[in-house]
Amino acid sequence: MNDAIVQITLQIDGKEATVPAGTTVLKAAQQIGVAIPTLCHHPKLEDYGGCRLCLVEVESRGRTNYVVSCLYPVENGLVVRTRSEKVDKVRRVIIEELMAHAPDAPELVRLAYEYGADRNRFEKEAAFCVMCGLCVRYCDEVKQKHAVGFIDNGHAREISFIPEIAATECWSCQECFAICPTSYAQAAYLMTEALAFPGRRKKESAPRDAAVERLADIPAVPMTFVKRPPASEPELAK
Amino acid sequence: MPRLQTTAELETLRAEILAARDPAKPCIAVCGGAACDGLDSAAVASAFAAEIEKQGVAAKVDFRVTGCHGYCNKGPNVLVGPDDVCYFEVKPEDVADVVAGAVKGEVVDRLVYHDPASGEKAVHMSEVPFYKHQMRILTGDIPRIDPTRIEDYLAVGGYSALAKALSKMSSDQVLQEVKKANLRGRGGGGFPAGLKWETTKNAPEKTKYVIVNGHEGESAAFMDRAMLTGNPHRVLEGLIIGAYAIGAQQGYIYTRHDSPSMAKHVTTALEQAKELGLLGKNILGSGFDFEVELHFDVGIFVSGESSALMRSIEGNAPEPRPKYIRTSVSGIWDKPSNLNNVETWANVPEIINRGADWYTSIGSEKSKGTKLVSLSGHVVNSGVVEVPMGTPLRTIVFDIGGGVPEGRAPKAIHFGGAMGGSIPIDMIDAPLDFDGMSKLGAPIGAGGLLVMDEDTDMIEMARYLLDFLVKESCGKCTPCREGMYQMLKILTNIIEGKGRKFDLERLADLTEVTSLGSLCALGKTSSDPLKSMLRYFKPEFEARIAAGSEAK
Repeated sequence: MNDAIVQITLQIDGKEATVPAGTTVLKAAQQIGVAIPTLCHHPKLEDYGGCRLCLVEVESRGRTNYVVSCLYPVENGLVVRTRSEKVDKVRRVIIEELMAHAPDAPELVRLAYEYGADRNRFEKEAAFCVMCGLCVRYCDEVKQKHAVGFIDNGHAREISFIPEIAATECWSCQECFAICPTSYAQAAYLMTEALAFPGRRKKESAPRDAAVERLADIPAVPMTFVKRPPASEPELAK
Repeated sequence: MPRLQTTAELETLRAEILAARDPAKPCIAVCGGAACDGLDSAAVASAFAAEIEKQGVAAKVDFRVTGCHGYCNKGPNVLVGPDDVCYFEVKPEDVADVVAGAVKGEVVDRLVYHDPASGEKAVHMSEVPFYKHQMRILTGDIPRIDPTRIEDYLAVGGYSALAKALSKMSSDQVLQEVKKANLRGRGGGGFPAGLKWETTKNAPEKTKYVIVNGHEGESAAFMDRAMLTGNPHRVLEGLIIGAYAIGAQQGYIYTRHDSPSMAKHVTTALEQAKELGLLGKNILGSGFDFEVELHFDVGIFVSGESSALMRSIEGNAPEPRPKYIRTSVSGIWDKPSNLNNVETWANVPEIINRGADWYTSIGSEKSKGTKLVSLSGHVVNSGVVEVPMGTPLRTIVFDIGGGVPEGRAPKAIHFGGAMGGSIPIDMIDAPLDFDGMSKLGAPIGAGGLLVMDEDTDMIEMARYLLDFLVKESCGKCTPCREGMYQMLKILTNIIEGKGRKFDLERLADLTEVTSLGSLCALGKTSSDPLKSMLRYFKPEFEARIAAGSEAK
């Protein structure tokens, strides 16, 4: 294999970007200051492609396609449009689908405002988790403790702390709480704690300060207050 | 058996097997396919073994248990050679007459096919309506072989295509022949197999894999199981030929963990092929080395999706990976991996033996060869059907299937299983063809054809299919996990009379976003059934929603 880094030039929203081969469209866009919304993406973690919010329109050799920018590798001459009627629609519906579970998650509220999503479009089933997998992957890839994992599949999928591992690993870490977009990771952990090793929280205070310090280099989810968009339709009947 | 060193030794062995057999000797073949097994064909088979012993006619009549004959709802099926007398719904108490008849060359009239309308008899396989409109190139041998005996496969010409490929053709010539035959993938997409092979062959990595996708996880699809269980060597022969063409050293047969007879037959086939030197080092003296391993799924539909299947073989959870780099370039352990479906591989020996020109003489303009179809639903005759591509659906449903039972009118045809589509019955003259069916919104997909009669509730049908897919989704990506779940909830509400006027608009948004935004083929096509139903049967949805609001 050739060791020289091949540079690729592509166009994103009319702006030209030149990046090394193998870069994803999302990274290329970030480098030239084009914002693409993401939920399951994290710079410290392997690209995942689960939330699908970063979907963009790409045009290559005369063919238009819809791909997720966090995984799609750049190609020479690729034309990327990060906003279009279809892209916006996909994002809007995905936000609406997730808001059925986590209607007040700050990031979703902000995105709903931007994309005109109706938080009441789908019947509420507050499970609070949006299955971004950040906690699971952070624990696997960064901490390598595997204390939290996915169980079950499809719509029944949920995250779960493994009590045996959580009992020894989580108390002094708790770093996944900060990257969770809905605070559900914290809730799930506290539930595990209460069931698997009750009483500890009363006896000693959790070493949160140390955790917060370690988290300094992890970008937190923006917590700016955003006004809720007005609901267009009444809450659905049960 | 000794390991075969050359193709000449293979031919000698075949000649020995054939010399020991008398082609005129009657042979009783009892179907041991899934449906007949469910009707206790095992009891019939043991009754035959006992009866042959009792009448002392073991020298005069052969007996074997085979894979699926095809005519599933008439089981247990029994076929008596050499002139293929078909007996249906055979019970242990009929066995004595069948054995006596076979020895004397007489037909047991009460067990042969009688036309339900005219009462007319059909004795031989070539006369029975269910069979006579078929072209059984892939499945024809199944009643003639015991799938656990490689000798039976050799007796019907088995592994002659492999011998031909290894001794007379270069790997490029094999690839060119398959490309020329325009063999298209039978697993769903209809992508040209030759092009896929070429991509894997040309990928720079030296280690390459070839895989048989024998997962077939959806309801109303049972022909791959019939093929792989009934004639595992044929699929294996295709795989070895493909590996030779591509330059792969390792093959995998990926299949279901819950089909014990299939697992047994494939395991036995692999052992026998290895013993004869048709697998392993220096196959038939050609210098080509190839090993095959059997791998089972973890019991979830998405395991059949190519990238999920490869994750599963690696030992990971079967979660699809995005395929911006094709698996034919970067698959199992990031090595080039060529995956084809059971039926696709089963076509390969025939193409090599009889040539691409013969193969392309069968079928429609752009879809060549025959197609296996799992025929079921509201139809008189159900089972595994093999017809040339381009056959009108009418032939399958009426001539082979015998139409809808009890004189009811057909309403719709659902093609392609859980991710297929439904078309109204007035499109029944459409030919069975990859591109044509896709255009109608009912892609051939896995090949399940479900007939629905006039009483079928299309909304319930859509709900049923979605219910299946919601449970089978892996849950990784939002549009598949959440989108399908919301569609299911809306449809359930409509069925329960709680439909709302904006439901159709919500369904339209959900289907569009799920197809555009999902990660893998399961998600992308999961809303296809609903889309086809909204396309052809929208008034039913509107009427149901309106009826629900009136009732309030």
